[in-house]
Amino acid sequence: MTDTVGIVIVSHSKDIAKGTADMVRQMVGNEVKVAFCGGNPDGGLGTNVSLIIDAIDRAWSPKGVAVLVDLGGAETNSEMAVEMLQPERRTLVAVCNAPIVEGAVMAATEAAGGSSLEQVRAVAEELSAD
Amino acid sequence: MSIQPERLKTLVKAAAEKVIASAGELTALDQAIGDGDHGTNMKRGFEAVLGKLDAIAMQPLDEAFKTIGKTLVMTVGGASGPLYGSFFLAVGDALSRNRRLPEDLAEVFGSGVGAVSARGRSQPGEKTMLDVLVPVLETLQAEAGRPDLIARVRAKASEAVTRTMPMQATKGRASYLGARSVGHIDPGAQSSCLLVHAVCDMLEAQP
Repeated sequence: MTDTVGIVIVSHSKDIAKGTADMVRQMVGNEVKVAFCGGNPDGGLGTNVSLIIDAIDRAWSPKGVAVLVDLGGAETNSEMAVEMLQPERRTLVAVCNAPIVEGAVMAATEAAGGSSLEQVRAVAEELSAD
Repeated sequence: MSIQPERLKTLVKAAAEKVIASAGELTALDQAIGDGDHGTNMKRGFEAVLGKLDAIAMQPLDEAFKTIGKTLVMTVGGASGPLYGSFFLAVGDALSRNRRLPEDLAEVFGSGVGAVSARGRSQPGEKTMLDVLVPVLETLQAEAGRPDLIARVRAKASEAVTRTMPMQATKGRASYLGARSVGHIDPGAQSSCLLVHAVCDMLEAQP
């Protein structure tokens, strides 16, 4: 199997993260590694840096990982998680400015075709373009 | 760079306990213009800091601040985790670069404020914690060496919190409310003020 960009979904809600991951797998099956996380360290609504780091590890690919997030704290915590990775991994993770569900599905579909991290990110972020 | 472990312990404990005791107030402010979790998030983070208090107090000062920062990053569970976490990590980094306290206080504090601004891609005037941190930094820069510096810092922080009330939020969850965010104090500004006041109180009680 050729390497494809991995997809990580980070929501404040574990249910939304899981549901989004289900929709992604429906599109791309097992061609792309998909990992998700949601909830704060107590399990309530929120995000959790260590769970994000774990999800990036699970979805890891030599071609990199695209991270799709919902609201502000998910983005801030994802950026923090990226900075806490090994230095050689940091440039291989892109936190995408895109709607979480549509962005994850579009990114995964693009990744399944063997595209680079930058291409995957661009496709997801087109959804946020004016 | 060193500080007596007992003094560091007293300082961290005072700040953490103030935030924890104010969790209800912070959550109420956040319910008005945000998602209502700022108090519980900050409480979780600072309880984790208190849990490491003995270890933190024994560390060199730069490492102690980095431990506080990492702990907040890993436990808060909202955007305030990376924001406050980045503040303390940057303060620790500044101290690792041979900056000293209290001599370089304004510069060290400024490193923390710069990290918050970068992490949040935010500037003063957007109804955030920076609307307290930046005025406090300016007071530290302008009033350094004055015998009443602590009183001035405390007053500036209080005044700065009040000034967030008429602001319209353009960053964070409150920005979704647009004009409806006007008329409320920003919860992040309030938690920053609480931390600044806790440090002022401790330094006045034990100069």
